[in-house]
Amino acid sequence: MLQRVSIRRNAERRTPIREPLTDRLFVGSIYFILSLVTIVVSYPLIYIVSASFSAPSAVISGKVWLLPVDPTLVAYKAILQSPKLLAGFGNSLFYTVAGTMVSLVLSLLLAYPLSRRDLVGRGPIMFYLAVTLVIGGGLIPMYLTVKYFGMLDTRWAMIIPGAISVWQVIIARTFFQTTIPDELSEAAEMDGSSDFRFFWQMVIPLSKPIIAVMGLMYAVGMWNSYFDALIYLNDSKLFPLQLVLRSILVMNQVDPEMMRDAQQMIQAQGLSTLLKYSLIVVASAPVLILYPFVQRFFIKGIMIGSLKG
Amino acid sequence: MTAAKTVRLFKKSFRKRWQLYLFMIIPLLHITAFKYVPMFGNVIAFQDYSFERGLFGSDWIGFKYFKQFFDSPEALNTIRNTILISLFTLICSFPVPILLAIMLNEIRSQGFKKIVQMVTYAPYFISTVVVVSMLMFLLSPHTGFVNPLLVKLGMEPINFMGESQFFRPIYILSDIWQTAGYSAIIYIAALAGVNPESYEAARMDGATRLQKIRHIDLPWIMPTITILLILGAGSIMSIGFEKIFLMQNPMNTSVSEVIPTYVYKVGLLSANYSYSTAVGLFNSLVNMILILSVNYAARKISNNSLF
Repeated sequence: MLQRVSIRRNAERRTPIREPLTDRLFVGSIYFILSLVTIVVSYPLIYIVSASFSAPSAVISGKVWLLPVDPTLVAYKAILQSPKLLAGFGNSLFYTVAGTMVSLVLSLLLAYPLSRRDLVGRGPIMFYLAVTLVIGGGLIPMYLTVKYFGMLDTRWAMIIPGAISVWQVIIARTFFQTTIPDELSEAAEMDGSSDFRFFWQMVIPLSKPIIAVMGLMYAVGMWNSYFDALIYLNDSKLFPLQLVLRSILVMNQVDPEMMRDAQQMIQAQGLSTLLKYSLIVVASAPVLILYPFVQRFFIKGIMIGSLKG
Repeated sequence: MTAAKTVRLFKKSFRKRWQLYLFMIIPLLHITAFKYVPMFGNVIAFQDYSFERGLFGSDWIGFKYFKQFFDSPEALNTIRNTILISLFTLICSFPVPILLAIMLNEIRSQGFKKIVQMVTYAPYFISTVVVVSMLMFLLSPHTGFVNPLLVKLGMEPINFMGESQFFRPIYILSDIWQTAGYSAIIYIAALAGVNPESYEAARMDGATRLQKIRHIDLPWIMPTITILLILGAGSIMSIGFEKIFLMQNPMNTSVSEVIPTYVYKVGLLSANYSYSTAVGLFNSLVNMILILSVNYAARKISNNSLF
């Protein structure tokens, strides 16, 4: 695919015919529209980052438009002093790292054998997986299953029940099928290499793009979800960051006892608004910093799995 | 192939490939425990299930809970809300990634392309909790930039999140904001596969860029569009719980109560396990019928289908 793109680019360079005016206008308007789209998509994010660094009074009175006004780190300092938030951050970090490892190992172990054409029973197993895509378990049966296995209100509930995404398995299988030629495994077998060694020393190193994309998808899903925690966890010590955020940001749980007189209330209100903006930044930053590194694998990883699959 | 021959073939394959079968044991046990057990757990919809008596000790009551749901005033409302939100979301969001991909495909400057892509992917990686709280701050009458802007233009501030008429537009627009860039990837990938000779030939014939898009690009990505449309239409009844649940407030429940949020409320919050499983099961059945029939229709019309 890459080769084709470069050929196309060369072809375009070889013909120096000037494009007609209508075409140049057309391309110009595309540049204009895409620039507009970029600004509209990024503005809410820029606004929130700027507001989170601005003085509470400036945020409340609507003086922040593009850049931070009277920059301060007061809200970020307050976040660092909240044990509830730090615990949530720690929990999320643990669930994300542990969960992604478990998910990756299980998915790869399932996907690779299914990509081997010489494996008898591959068809029925694929069917066994595909059925789960059409018929789901439903909320209550799933809850009762987790309860039955004794995982309710434990850290296991966050990692184990949702560990395998059948879609990801199918995507990885298709990737193996299209990038690892049969001849390679046959040659390894002639040299006396076991299936395990071949998988570990050849398949894994050759599959970095799909492992990166799959790992990112599992990690982002884990970091960003609150639903599993909402239904499986009761103990607030186990809550992931997103659930803590939900109580602060969406349900707006501020203790009114803390604000005795009006003056203090205005100040506290200013700070609580600011605090919310900074919380959004803190919660989203890890993922937003991570994904551009994996971005170059997106097209390759997603294309192969979803279209030819 | 006879059964005996299959068994012999399997035995031979197993002796040679036992390591590969070993790989799959734990994942397959996982699938069985967390996909098949809950799937069969759906039978409690036909029982008067209580946790003490368990799946095998509870009384069978047939379709009582299905009937109870259809007789309730909530049935019509939740089904209607589910369909309306999904359908409008599908209609409004579906064309956006296609347009985005086609426009990006016309861009020569790689740097500009990269920036647009990186910015438009970003919202996809933001959590639902954060997106909904962003909506609440940015659209509230007191904070954010939307209402101050309205005031500057001489208008009255509007409490967007508090009025039911704005619920669907906000839901859909934020959905487009969040997913359009990322969904465009698949079309961008497909467009990269267009044979460069077709472009060359079109150039020789003096085709304009718009003509190239209409006669080369669009037909080329049509199979992708069909398949994604099938997936979209098939998931009309499987609307996501997470975002709607967070956006719900007493002012908008008349339009925002959908089947999954209803299942959660009657099932987990009021512990009507069997009743809410029945509602959920009805939802997945409709879903299954939808995806199979859309798939069938697509195969008849355009020869592109999912299965």
